[in-house]
Amino acid sequence: MNTLKVKQLSIQEIVNSLKLKLSFELKAGECLTVNGPSGLGKSMLLKAIADILPHTGEISLDNITAQQFPAPEWRRKVMLVPAESQWWFETVAEHFNKPKSIDFKILGFSNDILKRDIHHLSSGEKQRLSLLRALQYNPEVLLLDEPTANLDKKNTAVVESIVKDFISDFKHAVLWVGHDIEQLKKISKRTIKLNAETAQEVSWT
Amino acid sequence: MDIIYLSNADLALAFSLIILLGIFTYRMNLGNTRQLFVAALRNFLQLLLLGYVLNFVFDSHNIWFIGFISLIMLLVAGWEINLRQKYRLKRNLGFKIGVLALFISSFTLTWLALQFIVVPEPWYHPQYAIPLLGMLLGNTMNGISLGMDKLNHLIYQQRFMIEQRLMLGEESCDVVRQIRNDAIRTGMIPILNSMAIAGIVSLPGLMTGQILSGTAPAEAVKYQILIFYMISSGTGFGIIFAVWQISKNMFDHRQRLLIEQLKIC
Repeated sequence: MNTLKVKQLSIQEIVNSLKLKLSFELKAGECLTVNGPSGLGKSMLLKAIADILPHTGEISLDNITAQQFPAPEWRRKVMLVPAESQWWFETVAEHFNKPKSIDFKILGFSNDILKRDIHHLSSGEKQRLSLLRALQYNPEVLLLDEPTANLDKKNTAVVESIVKDFISDFKHAVLWVGHDIEQLKKISKRTIKLNAETAQEVSWT
Repeated sequence: MDIIYLSNADLALAFSLIILLGIFTYRMNLGNTRQLFVAALRNFLQLLLLGYVLNFVFDSHNIWFIGFISLIMLLVAGWEINLRQKYRLKRNLGFKIGVLALFISSFTLTWLALQFIVVPEPWYHPQYAIPLLGMLLGNTMNGISLGMDKLNHLIYQQRFMIEQRLMLGEESCDVVRQIRNDAIRTGMIPILNSMAIAGIVSLPGLMTGQILSGTAPAEAVKYQILIFYMISSGTGFGIIFAVWQISKNMFDHRQRLLIEQLKIC
């Protein structure tokens, strides 16, 4: 992939109070962060980019619009990892296509994680596993919704370094929604500040 | 064999049991006392009215009149299906799908039975057509409303899971397959159960009526078996159709879940 382009994206028809129109460009090898007050509708905007929510405006990948892809294919290319992940089978392994081929150790899990009952996972474990679950599809763009919200310092650092590795081959890109300003500065120079009316891209100074 | 006629006093005696039950449901705060009495009253008035109307209908062999009566039966059944949903579909979609499902299951099957199995002269002879259609509508209506309710309920309950699986790039039809099958199975449970126990535990309504009015049990049995097969297949096809239609309508052309289509009643 080369570039994810979002032009005049609006979900005002769904979230009436959210008048902003979001536009940005995200190139392969880049990470762009997004921040703004809670309850604004940031997660809904991510859903719109993953084309799981009706929206107006245009989203494209290398100048091919989302509409030109079958919806499931688009979502595999531009994959959303929600803040609260869902698990529907009994064990962790069933949620992965080829569980044996995935290195769970990179996120600090031992090998018995595969047999674990999903009801016995902590929210932090679910969050880390959902990142691995998304990575197995090798998406071109990862949309991460507060990916370290439930994690301790050590695991937060691990997730940050995995994201860095993911974009370091200049084939992938990441859009990271978060609240911790210090963390956002560390992850990327660019950020989009959102409020109900406007979206403004700025560089940290 | 003579029929023993029921007097009004006999019916009043049976009604006193409803009153007794009403006292219990009221005291236990079950919240359905009103519903019980409304249903009992409706039952009384509707059947009374039906008795007179049927007299009239049986004398008439006008296909349009019989068709008109059938249409009213169909619309009321569709309305009833929609009323029983806890999560209703917007834009009266539940009613429309319900009516279509009932039409497919009841009308088609009644027509088939009249044309090829019972074969009265003419085929729409009201003495056969109306009771057959009524039995089918009443029973398939139960199954279809049960199946639809289960489907809506499961979709609403599992909406986050459905969205998560869509995010992972699954096709919407794969995501709802399990839910759809559960709903269809649920809707078919009552008729499968009653078909299996008929004759050992229960004596079905139609057969009871025929035997009470003097038909030889061996003949009554044949009609009952016919009815059971028709109800079961009608219910099954009706539910499959309704569930398939609803699950199709819950997603848009981009396979997005349209959960706001469901409103809680």
